[in-house]
Amino acid sequence: MPERSPVLAVIGAGPAGLAATLAAAGRGVRVVLVDSAAEPGGQFYRQPARGLGARRPKALHHQWRTWRRLRTGLDARLAAGQVTYLSEHHVWCVERESPGFTVHALLGPEQRESVALRADGVLLATGGYERVLPFPGWTLPGVVTAGGAQALLKGGLVLPGRTVVVAGTGPLLLPVATGLAAAGAKVAALVESADPRAFAHRARSLVGAPAKLVEGAGHAARLGWHGVPLRVRHTVLEAHGTERLESVTISALDSEGRPVPGSERRVLCDTLAVSHGLLPHTDLADGLGCGLDGVTVRVDEEQRTDVPGVWAAGEATGIGGAALSLAEGHIAGRSAAARLRGTTPDPGAWASAARTRTRLRAFFAALDGAYAPAARWVERVTDGTVVCRCEEVTAGAVRAAVGSLGAGDLRTVKLLTRAGMGWCQGRMCEPGVAGVAGCAPAPARRLLARPVPLGVLAEPADPPPPQ
Amino acid sequence: MNPLRLVRARPGAPFTVTFDGREIEALPGQTLAAVLWSAGVTAWRSTRGDGRPRGVFCGIGVCFDCLVTVDGRPNQRACLVPAAPGADVRTQEGTGHDA
Ligand SMILES: Cc1cc2nc3c(=O)[nH]c(=O)nc-3n(C[C@H](O)[C@H](O)[C@H](O)COP(=O)(O)OP(=O)(O)OC[C@H]3O[C@@H](n4cnc5c(N)ncnc54)[C@H](O)[C@@H]3O)c2cc1C
Ligand code: FES
Repeated sequence: MPERSPVLAVIGAGPAGLAATLAAAGRGVRVVLVDSAAEPGGQFYRQPARGLGARRPKALHHQWRTWRRLRTGLDARLAAGQVTYLSEHHVWCVERESPGFTVHALLGPEQRESVALRADGVLLATGGYERVLPFPGWTLPGVVTAGGAQALLKGGLVLPGRTVVVAGTGPLLLPVATGLAAAGAKVAALVESADPRAFAHRARSLVGAPAKLVEGAGHAARLGWHGVPLRVRHTVLEAHGTERLESVTISALDSEGRPVPGSERRVLCDTLAVSHGLLPHTDLADGLGCGLDGVTVRVDEEQRTDVPGVWAAGEATGIGGAALSLAEGHIAGRSAAARLRGTTPDPGAWASAARTRTRLRAFFAALDGAYAPAARWVERVTDGTVVCRCEEVTAGAVRAAVGSLGAGDLRTVKLLTRAGMGWCQGRMCEPGVAGVAGCAPAPARRLLARPVPLGVLAEPADPPPPQ
Repeated sequence: MNPLRLVRARPGAPFTVTFDGREIEALPGQTLAAVLWSAGVTAWRSTRGDGRPRGVFCGIGVCFDCLVTVDGRPNQRACLVPAAPGADVRTQEGTGHDA
């Protein structure tokens, strides 16, 4: 038994990582909270840059009281010396040592220099990123992800343009549309490919999630206040423009997901904020050898991965919104604090968080089914459409790899076309390439969670011993 | 309405950066992407293959579409890098190493 308190490295300072930090700190472990951003908060509670002097940041946020609680809690634990918070640390790899772990992180926005820190346990709360399926014109400047537009608004207090179409599918579209409208953008339309009736049909399983429904209804009402036209069972067929986005063509969809002939309409806009759902960040878990279930990190009731000493919480383990991330983070933090001290935790201590988790997981499973991307989207991806943005690989090239060259799986398609081999390591294009190729989406194995300068790899920093 | 008014921002003193030689105004803390957006600029890279314009896509450092050359260093993600007074920001052509 070491005399010093065990060290828990929490990676990610979003709702999950913050809840985990507050739950573990002060329970006999020292927490090192590591995040790539300049301020804590993650995606949901992304804060305006300090220098912008926002006196009323809550105007861009929901559940502000919860944020105040997290922030005050973090400050108290920082002051008590129970937590060390490392901002602007981009973790690119977590190594298993015996015993413990070494966390490697690149410093600052430049990411040229790497530091290493030792920990006895690791809690992955890395959240997710957006999935966007390709369509003609989606590489034009002015086409951005819905969450990206939201991130620049919340963090930089800027709008992507004057006239915005918000499109795709999923629960993120509503807050993004209302956020942009409140901040002064003209939202020309919210184009949702799903059918709300499908959602209502599933609503039977939703009785347990009234807060979430109220939040959704609130957003819907705000859409009305801002005069945002809502187009359900519609899709963006194409984005138009030469050097930048000028307009989009939207169309109604029939029950089979086919565009309804004659329903096409041009909408003038300088911005298209588009999203087809979220995908979890799993690279660090994968690198540690944690098992995945499809594209999410597999965890047990205590949020433990199948690698001893590694926990995961929040959207890394499945997409379910900020409230679910908070509940999972709390459970993971309590479990980690107990286990790292060599004791067995009492699940009764987090019974309320566990109930919330059960409820919200069921709620989001139902949402996920309702908000599936429009069927037959692949048919609308023309051969000339770039599907891999980094390597500029077209849908035609992917189809040729499958057709005449006989590629039978995603790996072969990639080798033949270079799709997914660029800077983003396939994060952005994988669902699109898999769809166009007609292959099962196989989560790529990425050795490093961040591109790492060669000099760093040649001389890995020696971790300082834990204090 | 605009975002600064919405949150009643009282930003620190503005400063300038140059974009392809032209001076544009920046507020402290804003990323280069935010600064370029507020100046109405949405593209600051041309792709290696087809020379097509690109700017922000994911907004959170994942997609690498927003690469830009800053003070002679190519491949900086504009959505992550904060603007510094006097920074010399240039459209990145291809890999940024061809020039
Ligand atoms: C761009 C974007 C915008 C979103 N905006 C909204 C919104 O406005 N409203 C809404 O309801 N939902 C939004 N969401 C959904 C959001 O993901 C959840 O609501 C919630 O933030 C999830 O909490 P989390 O703690 O699981 O993850 P996150 O909040 O995503 O937090 C994860 C944290 O981990 C950090 N991180 C990830 N990888 C590393 C690494 N390798 N090294 C160091 N740090 C790392 C990230 O910087 C981040 O701070 C958004 C999602 C995305 C991707
Ligand atoms: S916009 Fe995707 S990395 Fe900057």
